[in-house]
Amino acid sequence: MAEIVLEKVSRWFGNVVAVNDVSMRIGPGVTGLLGPNGAGKTTLMAMMSGFLAPSAGEVLLDGAPVWRNTEAYRQLGLVPEREISFGYLTGRQFVRANAELQGLSDPGAATEKALERVELVEPSGRRIDTYSKGMRQRVKIAAALVHEPGVMLLDEPFNGVDPRQRMQLMALLHDMGETGHTILFSSHILEEVERLARHIEVVVSGRHAASGDFGAIRRLMTDRPVQYFLRSDDDRALAVALVAEPSVRAVRFVDSGGLDVEVADLGTFVHGLPVWARAGDISLIEVSPSDESLESVFSYLVAR
Amino acid sequence: MNTTIARLALAALLGRKRFILLLLFPVALIGLSVLVRVLTSDAEVALGILFGLGLLVILPLLALVSATAVMGPEVDDGSLVYLLAKPVSRHSVAFSKYVVALAAVLLLGPLPMLVTGFAIGSGDQDLVLAGSVSATLGAIAYTSLFLALSTVWKHAVVVGLLFVLLWEGTLAAIFSGVAWLSIGQWAARIGATIDADWADDAVPLWWAVGALFVVGIGGVWFSGDRLRSFSLKGDD
Repeated sequence: MAEIVLEKVSRWFGNVVAVNDVSMRIGPGVTGLLGPNGAGKTTLMAMMSGFLAPSAGEVLLDGAPVWRNTEAYRQLGLVPEREISFGYLTGRQFVRANAELQGLSDPGAATEKALERVELVEPSGRRIDTYSKGMRQRVKIAAALVHEPGVMLLDEPFNGVDPRQRMQLMALLHDMGETGHTILFSSHILEEVERLARHIEVVVSGRHAASGDFGAIRRLMTDRPVQYFLRSDDDRALAVALVAEPSVRAVRFVDSGGLDVEVADLGTFVHGLPVWARAGDISLIEVSPSDESLESVFSYLVAR
Repeated sequence: MNTTIARLALAALLGRKRFILLLLFPVALIGLSVLVRVLTSDAEVALGILFGLGLLVILPLLALVSATAVMGPEVDDGSLVYLLAKPVSRHSVAFSKYVVALAAVLLLGPLPMLVTGFAIGSGDQDLVLAGSVSATLGAIAYTSLFLALSTVWKHAVVVGLLFVLLWEGTLAAIFSGVAWLSIGQWAARIGATIDADWADDAVPLWWAVGALFVVGIGGVWFSGDRLRSFSLKGDD
């Protein structure tokens, strides 16, 4: 049972603070590290994998610091986001080299097992530079899990992987999580994290914005006030109807026509809106959420 | 020394186009020396080209290309993490890569120089030996220095090229003081103990030996130390 612990970890590059006073504990099971691009996920991952020294605080794997501790890699498998440049090797050669470097007693058998797990046995005799993006991703994962590490760190593992392969990878990671491995993967896509991770850590602008199981995070995200843009054949009448509803917090007329509506209770609003419109004999022409991007969800979490 | 790292370094060296570049250096040097020997039928001039050009230009370039080939691309694009995320000492990683790069340099530099030297030099064995020993010593130090460079700068090849052409090639020939800080001059000075005609004694022997030793060991050690602090920089 391996555990990664971050104690008040900060990392700055010159004047730029990439990670700001983050403390978290990542134990067995699948954990998703969620955050928009540029939030510091890669920096966090680099520190957890011993490829970046924290400017302050400590990163521990089972109680031992990871930085400058090559022994930690017996327990650690790392899948960086960066493309591998070992194009002149075959997939099998590359995975086998990783097995040998781990000092395994039977690197050949471990290699075959790892290739099977990522379903890459058939193309493993081909050079990596002939691989598709998804195959490269899988060969990276095979190389990282060849020594059966207790902890797997994956930085944006589903980037550029086609949907079918994504399902395969998710199933693989899910199984590893179920069998007591500590799996941490980063992503900027909520749906990915939602489907795979039971526990979620959210980082925004280098800060630890939220932590908890998926339901709790989801509630935080859906309970926030949401902006909607509405257009109808009679905006004033619609506005009158809306301000009477407790689920609506504010209504503003847009100069070019239409209404900006701030909604407090999303569920009641989306179900009630057609009813209120019909009661007032108003035709809705446009209903669009104006801030559904993940960034606005994140910025809400941070501002909270 | 880690055989897996060494094997991968060899694959990196042979698997890329720059290996052809590496092969071109000795071919050009030998071709030119033999041509001069045939045209002038003057062994001394031909040997002068073989070891003069060989030591000043070809050898450092060989070392530069092979040292950066085994280290540079992996440092630049971050692929090195795959080799470093292992329970293997970083000094051992650096040393293994160094051994491969040095072996390539020795096979393509000093060895062909020795063979060609004996073939075209009419019986002046001492001079050929002196030149080849110098080349071997130079290879050890140059490869180490350029390996260290490639762990520091992304553009190690450019920096190394400037060093070779400006410092070792030009300035060292013009200003005698530069000899104190020139790998080529140190190597030549030690070679001169075999044949006094081979090089002048611009620097004392103890200095040449000591300095070569420090650069040869220091460069590899420094490379290993740089790898210990190897960092993954994200795009964010």
